[in-house]
Amino acid sequence: MAKRIDVKDLNVYYSSFKAVEDVTMTVEPRSVTAFIGPSGCGKSTFLRTLNRMHEVIPGARVEGSVMLDDLDLYAKGVDPVSVRRSVGMVFQRPNPFPTMSIYDNVIAGLRLNGVKGRKDLDEAVETSLKGANLWNEVKDRLKKPGAGLSGGQQQRLCIARAIAVRPQVLLMDEPCSALDPISTLAIEDLVNELKSDFTIVIVTHNMQQAARVSDRTAFFNLAATGKPGRLVEIGDTQKIFNNPIERATEDYISGRFG
Amino acid sequence: MSAATHTPDLVEQALPDPETPQSTGRRVKDRTATVAVWAAFVIAMIPLVWIIVALLVKGGSVVVSASWWTNSQRGMTTLTAGGGAYHAIIGTLLQAVVTAVISVPLAIMTAIYLIEYGRSTRFGRIVSFMLDILTGVPSIVAGLFIYALWVTTFGLQRVPFAVCLALVLLMVPVVTRSTEEMLKLVPNELREASYALGVSKWRTITSIVLPTAFSGIITGILLGLARVMGETAPLLILGPYSQSIATNLFSGFMGTLPTMINAERNEVAAIPLDRVWGAALTLIILVLLLNLAGRLIARYSAVRK
Ligand SMILES: Nc1ncnc2c1ncn2[C@@H]1O[C@H](COP(=O)(O)OP(=O)(O)O)[C@@H](O)[C@H]1O
Ligand SMILES: [Mg+2]
Repeated sequence: MAKRIDVKDLNVYYSSFKAVEDVTMTVEPRSVTAFIGPSGCGKSTFLRTLNRMHEVIPGARVEGSVMLDDLDLYAKGVDPVSVRRSVGMVFQRPNPFPTMSIYDNVIAGLRLNGVKGRKDLDEAVETSLKGANLWNEVKDRLKKPGAGLSGGQQQRLCIARAIAVRPQVLLMDEPCSALDPISTLAIEDLVNELKSDFTIVIVTHNMQQAARVSDRTAFFNLAATGKPGRLVEIGDTQKIFNNPIERATEDYISGRFG
Repeated sequence: MSAATHTPDLVEQALPDPETPQSTGRRVKDRTATVAVWAAFVIAMIPLVWIIVALLVKGGSVVVSASWWTNSQRGMTTLTAGGGAYHAIIGTLLQAVVTAVISVPLAIMTAIYLIEYGRSTRFGRIVSFMLDILTGVPSIVAGLFIYALWVTTFGLQRVPFAVCLALVLLMVPVVTRSTEEMLKLVPNELREASYALGVSKWRTITSIVLPTAFSGIITGILLGLARVMGETAPLLILGPYSQSIATNLFSGFMGTLPTMINAERNEVAAIPLDRVWGAALTLIILVLLLNLAGRLIARYSAVRK
């Protein structure tokens, strides 16, 4: 299921403002890649180009190529809607659908894409909630509104919802930054388990978190505000944290700026 | 940390002693403002209470009779007491329903276009501007416009349906604006969550955005309907009064509560005057019921946290 992502010479613009410049990187399948860097350096912007979510922002556009195994995501005739079915996303703030029960939230993606059979849906709910380490907490109240859960549970519900459509890649944009430390640990454990099935990219501003959960780390930086963000270096997390090549990476990781 | 422990001291130093003359001055201002606000409130309430009391006193006895709700004014004259407002209630409700059936889809589609598709487009801005103008069109102008179209241009007879068309002109901008407000309240995060699941934009609108905004949209529709039901000017131009029960929208005349009030008002005798008060009270009751329904729906189907 998991697939590799190859990004080549990618620039991202908001209208005329170049937000991200010249990113080339490979995201390995069945692993966790962390994006770190000071805020405003374009981590979210770049992440959203990996499933064409930037296209919902008016004026946002991309140059360069993103390959999902051998599918060029930006080739002519590729439907962004189907790209997002293969590359799912979890957001900073938990955002369960407020009109739906826990059950309906989990299968929202399936149902809105036309899956009907009761048995299939029941199964998908159980598998996905188990996959998101939430099943035991909610199995007795699947019909209750998703918005009634705690923040950490809501975020795991959102993860369950994202994995229910069986994507190949899961993008997470600071998924823990609105959560308490205990819920954060729960999500980190979950990320560790999910990487056996999915390719995971996680943006985090928390250095310890990057060190704890990721196999590879990419450091983004920007020269000055108003300048585009760039990928400074990417490598094994061990190496980036202990022995980075670039001076800027070392400064950032040791807390000298950012 | 250190900032947090210092804050209490700073606050204590910054706040003036509660008993200083400065704070007395502020208390006087506070009193004055409070009195002024209450006075304004009471003054604004006087006409409202007055109207309601007058309607209850003068129309109450008419409305409590069962035949008021079941009989028409057919065959009644200024000298024969009795008869009811059934024909007018039916007419008002029928025209309101037909108006809503035409207006609501138009208004909701327009609002969806404006919020979900046309936000930053030129055409969207033009539509929005037109809507502002339409909102400001006086109801009598809407009536005259339909008259010019229906009677003068097409050479058709005045029929109840023409009234509905004029009311549509008045209802569409109201419902569009209220629906727009409700769609704006739907957090963008929900749309993004849906897109990220590989759901198309249209599916996202119908399955996520509209259900989330549902109760607000319904409330807006009911409030718009309540407003339209009391409109009189287009009725005077396009909808001549009939004393009998009429349900055909495409021929003949149809009685409605506003035109019933207007028709009976021309007489000086006591009996028609009772009917005027009764019809006025009935209209207010219908409008209040719609308002109430709107608010109840808003309260009970609101998204629960
Ligand atoms: N919707 C947008 N429209 C215009 N500019 C944006 C938008 N979102 C982000 N930006 C700009 O792009 C740059 C990168 O932002 P972002 O990707 O959010 O950074 P990060 O996630 O690393 O904090 C910033 O300068 C930000 O102001
Ligand atoms: Mg960000």
